Amino acid sequence: MTQGRFGLTVGPLLFNWPADRFADFYARLADEAPVDRVVIGESVCSKREPFREECLGPAIERLERAGKRVVLASLTLVTLERERRAARELFAQTQREVEIDDLTLMNLLPQGAPFAVGPMINVYNEPTLGYLARKGARRFCLPPELPFASVAILARAAAGFGVGVELWAYGRMPLAISGRCYHARVHGLSKDSCQFVCDRDADGLAVRTADGTDFLAINGVQTLSHKYANLAGDLDRLAGAGVTSLRLSPHSGDFIAVTRAFARAAAGEIAPREAVEQVRAAVPDAAFTNGFLFGDRGAAPLPAA
Amino acid sequence: MTSPGSLELVCPAGTPAAFRTAVEAGAHAVYCGFNDETNARNFPGLNFSRAEMADSIGFAHRHGAKVLIAVNTFPRAGAFELWTRAVDDAAGMQADAVILADLGLLDYAATTHPALRLHVSVQAAAANADAIAFYARNFGVRRVVLPRVLSVQEIAAINRDIDIETEVFIFGGLCVMAEGRCSLSSYATGKSPNMNGACSPASHVEYREEGGDLVSRIGGFAIHRVKAGQAAPYPTLCKGSFEAGDYRGHVFEDPVSLDAASLIPQLAAAGVTALKIEGRQRSRAYTQSVVRSFRRALDALAAGRPVPAGELRALTEGQRTTSGAYNKTWR
Repeated sequence: MTQGRFGLTVGPLLFNWPADRFADFYARLADEAPVDRVVIGESVCSKREPFREECLGPAIERLERAGKRVVLASLTLVTLERERRAARELFAQTQREVEIDDLTLMNLLPQGAPFAVGPMINVYNEPTLGYLARKGARRFCLPPELPFASVAILARAAAGFGVGVELWAYGRMPLAISGRCYHARVHGLSKDSCQFVCDRDADGLAVRTADGTDFLAINGVQTLSHKYANLAGDLDRLAGAGVTSLRLSPHSGDFIAVTRAFARAAAGEIAPREAVEQVRAAVPDAAFTNGFLFGDRGAAPLPAA
Repeated sequence: MTSPGSLELVCPAGTPAAFRTAVEAGAHAVYCGFNDETNARNFPGLNFSRAEMADSIGFAHRHGAKVLIAVNTFPRAGAFELWTRAVDDAAGMQADAVILADLGLLDYAATTHPALRLHVSVQAAAANADAIAFYARNFGVRRVVLPRVLSVQEIAAINRDIDIETEVFIFGGLCVMAEGRCSLSSYATGKSPNMNGACSPASHVEYREEGGDLVSRIGGFAIHRVKAGQAAPYPTLCKGSFEAGDYRGHVFEDPVSLDAASLIPQLAAAGVTALKIEGRQRSRAYTQSVVRSFRRALDALAAGRPVPAGELRALTEGQRTTSGAYNKTWR
């Protein structure tokens, strides 16, 4: 079901949505979104996992019934004993690919098992990409901060290994992970008794500068960009460089419309400017950027088409 | 050299002069980098030419100190040779170890220089026994510098599970994010710790007076606002004052530095091999007093005498400090 030049991947939901919203989101994704792969599971905070247990299985089943390829997400920062145990259990099932986002999982990986590499693994150069490809990595979602010149070199190297390169094409970009929970901190709570206050912010909690400029968004232990990546207008350049798939990161707003806009743009059915506008119409309040790839910094505004 | 059971003191040097100062003040080991983008403190006027490095290594070895060369940024695609040359040169100069973060570079160093001692940089953020075992098994690394997200109890548990050495930060700057996994600076300024060895670079800082206040900005984002005439802290991105919901203040971390001197006995009991002082960008005078004080503290500990806490406290007088994650206050 690859959409013309690119495969479309929906990344793991980064935010702590309540169970019913989680279930609805993946049900609609299964039924309506023209995407190939869905990475699903908790990648930010292990404390959220118990809430997901009941709805994760049915969501996976529904996605697979709808013909989507399901990949299991894993934690970005593994420190606790139970987190290491959970990572081992991910590999105990063998029917689905696992996306690693912390090198901890490389020590737990069964010999020869194929896996995907997430955006928080530091893949900055060809030898690192090659090292992981030889260990069984089949697809690389590259770190969002890479400039286009590096992406082009890595995509060429990946083709030589017969593996795919994916870019963070839509959504707030993960910029940092910490042992400290910022949601708990700004609510005056400790991490261990956080009351799960991160569930109040469906797209993360805005962090503004003292003069009111939007800057970042916090999501528990994760820090995200305020601006959403939006590469819908750049697909010709990305295809030319050999990028094979695009990652769309779940947000509130009309996410199905976002996936459709990217599918049309990937298939070449709409012009780049039209693709950007269709994404904008689906999330009118979001500010967009392609600055890490094409600008002088990650926060650079999307250039006018 | 350290005796069995005692802690190794690993000290920073940004210049040959600071290097000599650190050795003379009692550093067991000095860490430093070449003057290019291969190391994570790539600041103007800092770091070592090849000739300066070779001289410094000779000086250290004559004084019984070790030299650890940091090649701990992530090599740029298409330019890997710049980084392999740094590793080759470190090996050729008889460095006692190289401190690496990148998988490709670790693989290169392990294959090309099997006799070279490899340390995993804090920039690799190896935060548990499995991650550490991965580096040990695949590259034969001998030591890991632990990220500053762990409590003393967690460090002790890690040391029970692994058979290589651990090194922890004890004093100086403090990353509140997992190291090597943060692109805040890249987002705001285009300069990245991972790619350029620069975080919150001075080249992108501006101070401006606005309505009686002094506002410091980086990449155009306001980080601090103080009354004019007051000292404004350097606008490090993660230590800025922001708004988040109803909260006004330091969302990520206060403008504090790390001081875990009081935890030295606990860290020793947790099985740590080496204590690291941050600050390759600091002055010689600073290096001298910090290194001297910590060396006295470690000697006291090794001799079974109480650690002279007052002396270490004086180093941070007037500054706000924290013991970071070590005391579990983040939990």
